[in-house]
Amino acid sequence: MSVTTPAGAATAAPAGAGGHGPWSRASALLWRRPWARATLLLTPPLAWFLLIYIASLAVLLITAFWTINPFTTNIERTWNLTNLTTILGTSAYREIILRTVGMAAGVTVIDAIVAIPFAYYMARIARPRTRTFLFVCVLLPLWASYLAKVFAWLLIFTHDGVLNWALGKIGIGPLNLIYTNTAVFVVFCYIWLPYMVIPVYAALERIPASQIEASQDLGGRTLRTVRSVILPLALPGIVAGSIFTFSLTLGDYITPILIGGGNSTLIGNVIDSNVVYNLPLAAAMATVPIAIMACYLLASRALGAFREI
Amino acid sequence: MHNLIGIRWRAAAAVLLAGALALLAGCGGSSSSAPNSSTSSGATAGLTVPTANLPVLQKIGKGEGQLNLIAWLGYLQPQWVKPFEQQTGCMIHATYPNTSDEFVTLMKNGGGGVWDMASSSGDADLRIIYAGDAHPVNINLIPGWKQFFPVFQSPPFNTVNGVHYGVSLQWGPNVLMYSKKAFTTPPTSWNVLYSKQYAGKISVYDGPIYIADGAMYLKYHDPSLGITDPYELTQPQFQAVVNLLKGQHPLVKQYWSSAPAQISAFANGDVTVGASWPYQVSALTAQHFPIGAVIPKEGATGWADTWMLAAKAPHPNCAYMWMRYISTPKVQAEQAVSYGETPDNMLACSYMNQIAKGSCALYHANAPAAYFKTIALWKTPVAQCDNGKPDCVPYANWVAAWNTQIK
Amino acid sequence: MEPAGLRVALRIWVVLVLLALFTPIVLIVVYAFGPSVVQTWPLRGFTWHWFAVAWHDQAVRQAFLLSVKVGLVAAGIALVLGSAVSYALHNFRFFGAEGISLLLVLPLALPGVITGVALNNLFYFANIPLGVLTIVIGHVTFCIVIVYNNLIARLRRTPRSLGEASADLGARGWQTQLYVMAPQVATALVSGALLAFALSFDEVIVTVFTAGANFTLPLWIFGQLRQGQQLPEVNAVVTIVILLTIIPVLLAARLAGAGAAVPTARAAASADTANAPGTMSA
Repeated sequence: MSVTTPAGAATAAPAGAGGHGPWSRASALLWRRPWARATLLLTPPLAWFLLIYIASLAVLLITAFWTINPFTTNIERTWNLTNLTTILGTSAYREIILRTVGMAAGVTVIDAIVAIPFAYYMARIARPRTRTFLFVCVLLPLWASYLAKVFAWLLIFTHDGVLNWALGKIGIGPLNLIYTNTAVFVVFCYIWLPYMVIPVYAALERIPASQIEASQDLGGRTLRTVRSVILPLALPGIVAGSIFTFSLTLGDYITPILIGGGNSTLIGNVIDSNVVYNLPLAAAMATVPIAIMACYLLASRALGAFREI
Repeated sequence: MHNLIGIRWRAAAAVLLAGALALLAGCGGSSSSAPNSSTSSGATAGLTVPTANLPVLQKIGKGEGQLNLIAWLGYLQPQWVKPFEQQTGCMIHATYPNTSDEFVTLMKNGGGGVWDMASSSGDADLRIIYAGDAHPVNINLIPGWKQFFPVFQSPPFNTVNGVHYGVSLQWGPNVLMYSKKAFTTPPTSWNVLYSKQYAGKISVYDGPIYIADGAMYLKYHDPSLGITDPYELTQPQFQAVVNLLKGQHPLVKQYWSSAPAQISAFANGDVTVGASWPYQVSALTAQHFPIGAVIPKEGATGWADTWMLAAKAPHPNCAYMWMRYISTPKVQAEQAVSYGETPDNMLACSYMNQIAKGSCALYHANAPAAYFKTIALWKTPVAQCDNGKPDCVPYANWVAAWNTQIK
Repeated sequence: MEPAGLRVALRIWVVLVLLALFTPIVLIVVYAFGPSVVQTWPLRGFTWHWFAVAWHDQAVRQAFLLSVKVGLVAAGIALVLGSAVSYALHNFRFFGAEGISLLLVLPLALPGVITGVALNNLFYFANIPLGVLTIVIGHVTFCIVIVYNNLIARLRRTPRSLGEASADLGARGWQTQLYVMAPQVATALVSGALLAFALSFDEVIVTVFTAGANFTLPLWIFGQLRQGQQLPEVNAVVTIVILLTIIPVLLAARLAGAGAAVPTARAAASADTANAPGTMSA
């Protein structure tokens, strides 16, 4: 593929070859010692992260191995695995975990299906002005508060609401979608959609046209080109988007409270209701999303999403 | 080529992590656990209040200009807040939790140096007190207190060993709310919430404390269980109540967690009957929705609220000014009529009738003793029963049962 | 390049998705004009009253400004740190690299309550008063991963040959970064920063635990929704916010190179000589 000569290269040639100033010495040093560069790059974020977040999280999660005194509900530091076995052993908690993971997976798949054609159109077919317009359209809903959007869906799904009104006009009887898992699912798909579209768009945008043409020159029809060339190239974007949709669903509990019914308890709800009186149990439950995300990232790596081209 | 850094990274990372974890394991639970004794000899026996010996304010000084409050919805209406702000210059800044548990969380660490007071209910107050998050209150600085019904002057949920940690506010019932479109005559029993006739149209409170409502129901309908106090249940009694609520689960359309959520459900026709607060009843009738409410024959659970003073309240003078203001008969009446609850100040009755004729009798502000006994006020279930035996089910188990068996 | 049938189908899809995306938004705006505090369908009247209330509400203005401030700072810090991590993880192999990916995604994967309680305990322990600083700290923890995810996906598709060619042509390290690599990743960086800002601007749960008595806009909305007494004011505020953000988002979209020419076959054929398809023209 063709490369544009960097604008600065021509003027840099005389100085670049043998510069001895302190900047070029530093630059050369960093080029020769990769570990120095890595350390320089990684220290600020890692220090930030380790000290602030991981430390406080570790302190919290350690309590998963402790218990509470049932009389005083104070935390007692007797090391045991009771909470973890409770989480994994009680069928109700297992059901909650499966429901959460299932919902997260479902939301990810639906959002990917909705986002990919949209992002493709945006990235490769739309004219520049249309593309800007679509970009703005995808981003704008993010600025309408999450809570306001959920309340709007309440108005849509409720018994005397917009959906039933519209269906009534075409003669379909009222649906009873409010306070159900279906409602929660639809709202999740809606709210996280921009987080899937943007990364996929960013990935599709940079696929060089030459690679697609090459595929066609080699006899690939549309479907084949899509399957063998476009999707693999877009995969990192899809995976990046899916990490957002999956993890955001895994950790959310407000939507089930506002729109869900009696069967809509998710992992986040269990943690939320236990965090005051039974912190060890909440902490034990919190280890589940961590394990799930670890598996998810491993699976993504196995699918080759993180490979270089 | 780049693997040179492998070894150095391994070493550095290991040292860093090990050091961090070792440091933290040592001071591990101190910041997250409630302090004080872990004696297992009983619920509150042997426990001391960490803040009991803090000196109380002797005189109310100049206001600090701001007051940060944690309140139930409807407790801070402009009707009585604006005059207070104008009189004292203390501008009120508030947050509105949905459950007593959230009150306890917000008051952690003495209110965090952020919050001054919380209008928490009886089931949260002792938690807050024993966690050391409440500050002793000088009740002599609050003239309205002398006008309170005796039973609310030093109730066990906000006064420990003679030390007050707040001033009682108001109290009220959890009512049975119904849509007049669905009920031509008002229901008389809680059994409508357990009946298949109204399946899919029922709305109940989303919180483990609701188990006590089930216990009230069984106390009346199944005397063989021997339930006397709906918050003190032995294991067999508890299991019976849990089974009752498990049976109710398929009939429930909405477990409401915030008052506006239930208001919306009733207004939009999603539900027609449910367990509710007077706040929702007032809000819906004010908007002319056909809604009614009753306290059925089995009695009801309820709540008595206290303005608790936070241990690290940053605006103590404004806090005392508020406690004084909110305890006066006129303001008590205004709040009672607006929300639909019963004031603790005996002299509020006549003011209530001035605001809304008949409201004093409607909210039982003039005859609380008999009425009082029909309402089982929220209190934290602890393992120590009142009869001294330690076999009552504590709140942590209520939460577990709520999450794993009922919902 | 794509068959006409496919183009038509895609156009229809885009229109449908836009309809779905904006129906709730339209509802929010419509109900800002509703008179009733209890919101039911259909609308019971028309009034500008709530816009007037929202406009004069000092608490809303302060909350909005605080949200903007926190969002800009948090997104900025996350941009720097997220880029650093992306570049390091992309260019170097070392023990624990995958672990870092997992650590970074934790603030998103874990329910906000856990992050919130953990940070709250930390601040109490370290005697840091809850305020703007703590809000920003909380937000940066989950903003880093957004920048990181977007950027690393892009980096993984950037051929190393570009950098090497640039070096072959005599550019020094920083020149390669600035003139060759940076434009490649511009889209990813800007979109990462945008998403990070959006998430920070809209975050409620962690903020509850780290804000103390300060109100960001989502906290104000959260409080209002629980109160349920001024619901249309919330709608009015959200409507105003959406209108206010159209211009900045438009500018950011241009910056992200969304307006750059599409790398179609026609464009490449007509620009047959050295120019890369549209990359440098943005």
